Amino acid sequence: MSLQGKVALVTGASRGIGAAIADHLAAEGAIVIGTATSEAGAATIGDRLAAQGGAGRVLDVGQEGAIEALVDEVEKAFGPVAILVNNAGITRDGLLMRMKDEDWDAIMDTNLKSVFKASKAVLRGMMKARWGRIINIASVVGAMGNAGQANYAAAKAGIMGFTKSMAREVGSRNITVNCVAPGFIDTDMTRALPEAQREALVQQIALGRLGEAKDIADAVGFLASDRAAYITGQTLHVNGGMLMP
Amino acid sequence: MENIEQRVKKIVAEQLGVNEAEVKNESSFVDDLGADSLDTVELVMALEEEFECEIPDEEAEKITTVQQAIDYVSAHLNK
Repeated sequence: MSLQGKVALVTGASRGIGAAIADHLAAEGAIVIGTATSEAGAATIGDRLAAQGGAGRVLDVGQEGAIEALVDEVEKAFGPVAILVNNAGITRDGLLMRMKDEDWDAIMDTNLKSVFKASKAVLRGMMKARWGRIINIASVVGAMGNAGQANYAAAKAGIMGFTKSMAREVGSRNITVNCVAPGFIDTDMTRALPEAQREALVQQIALGRLGEAKDIADAVGFLASDRAAYITGQTLHVNGGMLMP
Repeated sequence: MENIEQRVKKIVAEQLGVNEAEVKNESSFVDDLGADSLDTVELVMALEEEFECEIPDEEAEKITTVQQAIDYVSAHLNK
């Protein structure tokens, strides 16, 4: 139970990778606050995490002022956030020729700007504590590109650059900032892809299968732990050998 | 109750990890007390908490010495 008593905030925790991360951190002893965009999602998270002292909260990361208000409320109720996992993300796929400004902006706001805002909001507490872990969920797509995901790939690559800069800024305060870049993970997001595309993607994976949400949660759990104390500014690729950067 | 000058100097000493005796009114955080840019941001945060006020960024940038911090707090605390 290496994270005993530490407050962890996980965005987008109602399902998929975020849910697996929240469960993993809770199993390690952290008090996990998971967010979802809907009341029902937040209630589900609350049911799962309550036994370990955690809770679910409603959060639309794209809404003005919402992240700051949530962090404020969480810190008052549970104490300073020690571990932040920026996981919330959406897709608005389409070929660039057809991509609308709204598709670009929605991805930038939800997938990239939210990382900046949440990281900034928790930083004061981490600096005072002289301990912090920020783990940003990027994507293999941010490193290799993907037709039809120019907006998503740009945001995910942006997260990696943000991570490196922030790691340099706050390293002296014993705060580490890293990315986990999932490959092709079996979640609702990837189940939305056509079967033919899924099969073609699996051909590119050295291990010959899709990843599971648990594979990502294990990597996040490692980076959150004291075993990863000397790792910062890095992107840990968890993709079954789909890309070897 | 300690006066503002003593409270400011105590915070400066704590935040920058220096001996309180080294903290003179004319001391510059960066040049004399070895603060880096992140230290100065943290120092302003600590002053905000101690004196329960908010120091706007454009004002915070002008606070580079102990005396300037004392002056700022004195000017804004009595209001």
